[in-house]
Amino acid sequence: MATIEAQPIPRSEQWRDYRRAAGAWLIGPGLWIIIGAFMVWAVFAERDAFVVGVVAGSIFALGALGLTLIYGVLKFGHFAHGDMMMLSGYLAFLFLSGFIVGEKPGDQLTILPVTVNDLPGADDPIWKFSFGYGLWVAMILAGAAMAVILVGLDRFVYRRLRVRKSGIVIFSIAALGIAIATRATILFFWGPSPRLYYPGIRERVDLPFDVSLLADQLFILATALVATAVVYWLLFYTRLGKAMRAMSDNPDLARVSGINTDRIILQTWIVAGALIAVAGVLLSLQVQLDPELGFILLLPLFASAILGGLGNPVGALVGGLIVGITQEVAVTLDLPLLGDVSAGYKFSVAFLILILILLVRPNGLFGAKV
Amino acid sequence: MSESIAPARPVALETQDMTTGYGEVNILHGVSTRVHEGEMVAIIGPNGAGKSTLLRAIFGLLPAREGTVHLHGDNVTGQRPDALVPKGLGYVPQVDNVFPSLTIMENLEMGAFVRRNGLAERADQVFRLFPDLAGRRGEVAGRLSGGQRQMLALARALMLDPSVLLLDEPSASLSPKMVGMIFERIKEINDGGTAILLVEQNAREALSVCHRAYVLAMGENRLEGAAQDLLDSEEVGRLYLGA
Amino acid sequence: MSILSRIPWAGVVAIFVVGFLVFGVSYEQTAGALPDGNLSGAFSFFVLFLTFVMIYSIFTLGLNTQWGYAGVFNFGVLAFFMVGAYTTAIFVKPPAEGELQDYIGGFGDALNFAPGLQTDQWFVPLVGTLAAGIVSGILALLVSIPTLRLREDYLAIATIGVAELVRRIAIEETWLVNGTRGITGIPLPLRDLVSRGDEKYLKLAIAAVVMVLIFIALERAVRSPWGRVLLGLREDELATAASGKNVTAFKQQSFVLGAVIMGIGGSVYAYTASSLTANSFDHFTGTFLFWAMLMVGGSGNNTGAVAGVFVLWGFWILTLQIQGYDLGDALLIRVPYIREFVLGLLIVLVVLFRPTGLLPQEPRVSIWVERRVRALRAAASRPVAASAEAGGGDT
Repeated sequence: MATIEAQPIPRSEQWRDYRRAAGAWLIGPGLWIIIGAFMVWAVFAERDAFVVGVVAGSIFALGALGLTLIYGVLKFGHFAHGDMMMLSGYLAFLFLSGFIVGEKPGDQLTILPVTVNDLPGADDPIWKFSFGYGLWVAMILAGAAMAVILVGLDRFVYRRLRVRKSGIVIFSIAALGIAIATRATILFFWGPSPRLYYPGIRERVDLPFDVSLLADQLFILATALVATAVVYWLLFYTRLGKAMRAMSDNPDLARVSGINTDRIILQTWIVAGALIAVAGVLLSLQVQLDPELGFILLLPLFASAILGGLGNPVGALVGGLIVGITQEVAVTLDLPLLGDVSAGYKFSVAFLILILILLVRPNGLFGAKV
Repeated sequence: MSESIAPARPVALETQDMTTGYGEVNILHGVSTRVHEGEMVAIIGPNGAGKSTLLRAIFGLLPAREGTVHLHGDNVTGQRPDALVPKGLGYVPQVDNVFPSLTIMENLEMGAFVRRNGLAERADQVFRLFPDLAGRRGEVAGRLSGGQRQMLALARALMLDPSVLLLDEPSASLSPKMVGMIFERIKEINDGGTAILLVEQNAREALSVCHRAYVLAMGENRLEGAAQDLLDSEEVGRLYLGA
Repeated sequence: MSILSRIPWAGVVAIFVVGFLVFGVSYEQTAGALPDGNLSGAFSFFVLFLTFVMIYSIFTLGLNTQWGYAGVFNFGVLAFFMVGAYTTAIFVKPPAEGELQDYIGGFGDALNFAPGLQTDQWFVPLVGTLAAGIVSGILALLVSIPTLRLREDYLAIATIGVAELVRRIAIEETWLVNGTRGITGIPLPLRDLVSRGDEKYLKLAIAAVVMVLIFIALERAVRSPWGRVLLGLREDELATAASGKNVTAFKQQSFVLGAVIMGIGGSVYAYTASSLTANSFDHFTGTFLFWAMLMVGGSGNNTGAVAGVFVLWGFWILTLQIQGYDLGDALLIRVPYIREFVLGLLIVLVVLFRPTGLLPQEPRVSIWVERRVRALRAAASRPVAASAEAGGGDT
């Protein structure tokens, strides 16, 4: 057979190949390098903001984890996630203090006969925290309550839509309606003024390497770590967790294997409820209890989940941390022309991260499963 | 290996006058098939004959509009997979038949989901059938080759030791070498006592390992008989097996 | 089919009931408050009510163009509302002066090129409104570029982000639109035609005219070839894509068109309200309210959109008026929250039980599209195995 002579590749095509390769490299490993470089710089240049960012990021990670689990198993965007987190924070407050807002502003009405704060020593601050073991108890109760609420909502709303095989957007619209109603519920019972679990000065803790945090923030980090570890154990070492991941991959095949998908869905909501409650209480501890926070919280939550790759639990963790750190560091910056970036822009930073990742790598850092 | 094991053994799976379809159109019009215990039966026929639809209707993925399905004598028409799987019916879809982000071992665990114990022993038994997978049980299924994935799909369905296995075009999109290997495995599974109902585009290969076969066309039964007879038949050869 | 059965009774009844209630309650409330008596008070109130129905209808029509027709999920209507309102403000007002005013633009004087022709009455606001539409459209175009070709819920979160960003910028960057101090004294177009007391009628007239023009234009657009593709898109994206139409382009066009309309709505709002403060804009009254109006009235249906505005704004006003009655303090301060809860609840209920809203959707305009959709749907719903079967064998 005659051989075909190899044609030399024309210059213009060579350049095009180089550019394509460079682009692919930038979106792939290049992106990691840019993020890594930013993180390293932030650790040295804006250490305090970096540390706060890690704390905030761990809260976003927990929230995004719940969000991404719901995306994976239930296949829709849970736009009520932020408001549910806030509701959990308020429920914990209710269990602790028994208060709702009374008739006149400033009034408080006790509606629970017995509250967690009534337990002996429950509100005695532990170590340097601003709270006692009461907060843990309240968090657990809030988790249980949230699980019940979510299972109930699934039964009365989402399941009906599943049976009807509605499109994903319909689910999201229903979730938005629920978000609106949730915010209104918070306002109804606790009024519009922000509040704290335990008012008063919060103690700082000094750690090596010039790191200084509030003691409460240390608690937040530790709790987030524990919660994350528990969820990972659940997802990778238990039958339920594997079934959740299986449903996330391929719900039809899960059904075909004889898995009772309705039960897994229910259990997913319970896990999500627990995650939402922990994240919500931690958020309320970090910032404050504020009815208006829930909706715009969706911005960092979705940004984290999408940045990591929708449906990917590892992605949610990394995404949350990146978003948290970037938000906190960005508002310390003094940009040329634009001047100071005010703190009010924090969540808009999350939005910009979202747009960037959608432009450059829509499947996220670890690959989307949904 | 195409003697028919006909009336000697009891009927494991039977459909009678199965009529169903999607939307306004019926794909199947009164299809009747029968698989005896330990038997391997093929369903062949031209494109659009409704072969895959039949499997889906048997496995409850599609409601039957008319007709019945009996498993070991029990009427299981319209029952859904999570009811059928514990009764000993297994199904391997043609595509998307593994969980790509789960490891091989985890895929098998999902296959055995409804039974909580004896997992490790059963997995070992299944790995003996598929030694190629045994050495990589920690590997993520998404990274496997086409042939390995198909084997994993079979392995998953075997985890509960089903008495009847429904296979939807197991050789589709496999290279010729792999096709031979897959059919060898399928034969081994059948030799182990599992009855198999096999839908295949590759009629020749299917007929060479099965006992009996049905020929479906336009959603209706056309021919039925011992696999060897069908292989030899001129009519079948001309119409459905290609020159 | 008799004409009686074609009238959307649910919608008509709702409108009448609400209208009656609004009028009635305001009649009762203004008893003794005005020298002319209840009737004129109630009438004034009703005029104001209708004015806002007209303005909000513009927004809802814009949202209908995006969601009802093209299935584009815009949860940041607030962004286009604010952009439209503020753009108009900085175009029609004179430049900022004094310590308490700081905003960009202020082209009002510059645009008044022929005072003799009274250009400040009609030309300046015309430019202002057009600018509102254009800037809104540009913003929509920018947002749509990274998001439209991806999943619909990505667009939803992106629009939430844009709305929040716009809101933030308005509040933080006080040099831009005077932040929370706000821009006041936005001149009403054609104001010299009426006396001070009659300004409310002028506002109603302007709002109504703009709304009706937009309504007619949209109805025309829906019946055009472009509109027919859009309807096909709503029914079955797969089929429309298969017939060679560039789905993303159509969605983008609808999104931008809807945003332009919302910008114009913002503009009319600016004239009516005459002052804009950044923190008076929020996601609830800037986005959620319009979604509830559209869903209740009937998405995919321009008439339904307007009906929904009427009913829901009526409900809103009624709950405000209810606060005039003696309900007990505990309930009184909570009425706004109950109202917001009902809004969220309504959205969920509509999604669950009556997705078409009060007014049923229009019948489809093209038989060709219908046939195509049915054929492609039948093909698409055969299982993957079957279609692989169809493609996998030799001839």
